[in-house]
Amino acid sequence: MNPASDAGIFTERLLNEGGAQATDLLQYLCSIQQHYSCIPPQAVETLARVLALTPSVVLGVIEFYSFLHRTPRGQFDILVSDSITDQMLGSRDLLQRLCDRLGVCVSQPGSDGRATVATTSCTGMCDQGPALLINGQVVTRVDNERLDRIVALVQAGSPLEDWPQDWFSVSDNVYRRDQLLDEHSANGDSLRVLLDRGAADLLQELDDSGLRGRGGAGFSTALKWKLCRDASADERYVVCNADEGEPGTFKDRVLLQSWADTVFEGMTLCAGIIGARRGFLYLRGEYRYLLDSLHTALENRRASGLLGSAILGEPGFDFDIDIHLGAGAYICGEESALIESLEGKRGIPRIRPPFPVTSGYRNRPTVVNNVETFMAAVRIAEHGSAWFRSKGTAQSPGTKLLSISGDCRDRGVYEYPLGVSIEEVLSDCGADDVQAVQVAGAAGRTLPPAEFGRTLAFEDVATGGSFMVFDHTRDVLDVVQNFTRFFAHESCGFCTPCRVGGSLLRDLVDKLHDGHGSEYDIREMRDIAGLMQAASHCGLGHTAPAPVLDLLDHFPDVWRQRLAAGGFEPSFDIDAALSEAKQLTGRDHSGGRMGGDV
Amino acid sequence: MNTRKTFRMDGRTIPFEDGQSIIDAALAAGEYIPHLCHNPEFTPHGSCRVCTVDVDGRMVSACTQPAAEGQQVVNNSDPVNHYRRRLLQMLFVEGNHVCPGCEKSGACQLQAVAYYTGMLAPHFTHFFPRREVDASHPDTVIDFNRCILCELCVRASRDVDGKNVFSISGRGIQSRLIINSNTGRLGDSDYDRADKAASVCPVGAILPKHQGYEVPIGERLYDQRPISVVGDVAQAKQGDNGDG
Repeated sequence: MNPASDAGIFTERLLNEGGAQATDLLQYLCSIQQHYSCIPPQAVETLARVLALTPSVVLGVIEFYSFLHRTPRGQFDILVSDSITDQMLGSRDLLQRLCDRLGVCVSQPGSDGRATVATTSCTGMCDQGPALLINGQVVTRVDNERLDRIVALVQAGSPLEDWPQDWFSVSDNVYRRDQLLDEHSANGDSLRVLLDRGAADLLQELDDSGLRGRGGAGFSTALKWKLCRDASADERYVVCNADEGEPGTFKDRVLLQSWADTVFEGMTLCAGIIGARRGFLYLRGEYRYLLDSLHTALENRRASGLLGSAILGEPGFDFDIDIHLGAGAYICGEESALIESLEGKRGIPRIRPPFPVTSGYRNRPTVVNNVETFMAAVRIAEHGSAWFRSKGTAQSPGTKLLSISGDCRDRGVYEYPLGVSIEEVLSDCGADDVQAVQVAGAAGRTLPPAEFGRTLAFEDVATGGSFMVFDHTRDVLDVVQNFTRFFAHESCGFCTPCRVGGSLLRDLVDKLHDGHGSEYDIREMRDIAGLMQAASHCGLGHTAPAPVLDLLDHFPDVWRQRLAAGGFEPSFDIDAALSEAKQLTGRDHSGGRMGGDV
Repeated sequence: MNTRKTFRMDGRTIPFEDGQSIIDAALAAGEYIPHLCHNPEFTPHGSCRVCTVDVDGRMVSACTQPAAEGQQVVNNSDPVNHYRRRLLQMLFVEGNHVCPGCEKSGACQLQAVAYYTGMLAPHFTHFFPRREVDASHPDTVIDFNRCILCELCVRASRDVDGKNVFSISGRGIQSRLIINSNTGRLGDSDYDRADKAASVCPVGAILPKHQGYEVPIGERLYDQRPISVVGDVAQAKQGDNGDG
């Protein structure tokens, strides 16, 4: 590793590779972080000078993203996935073992500069966890034996290239295929249909199909494309949201690993319809391992005339795609925060209106769609709207990919017609003795068995695809605590209810979890949750209290038996607070106890 | 002459221009909507959420919501006022706001809005964060304990002073105001007490030095009349810490 004093020169060289633009700040920071395991002060100074930003703005971006650091992490930056499903597979024990063997504390870089061990939000490997990220590369299916070998390699300072490469393999684990996953990857057929029939006609076909956004919100895809196409502007942009950060979802990972061509073709199709010349794939930092194969796919498409200038020989059909990396920020899955991040800024959601379709990237009309939505658009262009509508329900046509994890036999990706019942899904994945299902991730719904007759569809239980199963050996409060901590950690901090309310809610859930919660605290949780839902700036704040409310509404037996006696419990333990003073003064006799069971 | 577009708020008809926000239209019509991060001189922000109103059954921030013909706006109701009190209480417990020991007391917008909405106590558990005081500048002191992250100084320095002295760093509950200088201290920045940024802070986070309690308690900005009548701190004349 180069000494940090070279960082200014390294950064200068990086900036010289292309026309340095402030919109690429986050991309430069990701490269510098990979190289130095931190962003050295000389790099901050150089970035600010060349990009005409103030150093404090650069620092503000660094401190926003979890994967960027101002102090060195060491030769190995090891992040243990803290998703609830990874925890259920033993990730917390692995974390402890890793720290013990390496002689480090969680989140504190080791003094020898060798390694840092920390936790990270869901890495999207819930079907093959517990998972680690080591210098951005994924290691799946970690057990004690694999962990001990990792420790030995870390202690020996062995570079990742020399590690057993099968540790880094990520499987697709597709268990059920339907309209989307049944076919080979796209080779330009949908673009030929576009050139044959024209943009207006194909847009009508898309409208007839009733395709709705697969990220979970369910906005009409055809309407979004039409609004963008009709907005007057000199430039338009296509953005594929591959910031798959919702805990428990990993289907976009599979699509980008094995159907990347179809995804890129969907973006190209959109570009042809709305009149965009440039597109971005915003790839979450956790999926950095996919970068090489994605770049190869783009190269191949350029070589085949499916991307670049005059696509399929059609003069004026020019479109190309850049890949931008995220750096550990769940909020960037929100489309306007994603656009801010694409512009190299802190991922703070914008005020809406205006919406991205009229004012998105660089304030130009921009379509932001989920990975799966682009893929579905390709299939509709190829096969028509009637074919698409042959699956699903009237209000939710087509199929949906589910990422199934937790307590079941076959964890992986399942493609179902929308309208499938939760029961049927549970039966197919081999889940028995189910206590609860988390649909649509931490921001979704926690449903008890009484609700398993419900269906997955926009008109019933809407989902972006996360489906986590918890059997009766699990403590639902562990689940809710995990999600509430997740939201407090991932809040962007912009608005008061989410920034402060999220932390207050986390502390109350911790209190209840530890057996100190009271009826008063339950009322407080509902009050804070209601405020967050009503008054937050964006969807993160609106949905963050959902796990708490579902716990209170659907699992009364779980929380009631945890309540402390009496209507009120203080928010702090006075004996613990006084323990240091007692120790110093030597007054640690039992008669001096103020609270507890004296 | 065209009839002016209007919406209804708590039984009153409020006229508005196209593109105007609910709060600006209401303020122009003499109707006060409590707020902290909003200042009509700057682009709307929408972070404090204290101006939350009920518009046709949905809670929105009045500073970012465009006024529209026929909207039914509720600015004064039990649920709306409850939300506002809780938001203010959150801001109080997030930082370290010790009103009796603060030079800004009586002329502080956070305190005045809290009085106006009937907030009696902080209610929530205090976070008691450890935050610094920056007294490095000869004319101005920054007490980060009182910062409510409204970003008015950020906007004023960037959009009016053209200096970018202030910006926000961190994320979530770790979000914090930072100063652009090689040491991170105000004394080493381009800041000047004549800057717009020096006079927009709604709380006691950015305070002039060398003057203390010049206006006696009892005669300060909000001591005689409520904020709904007096208006914002930033409207009082710059450098004047009390009798505006």
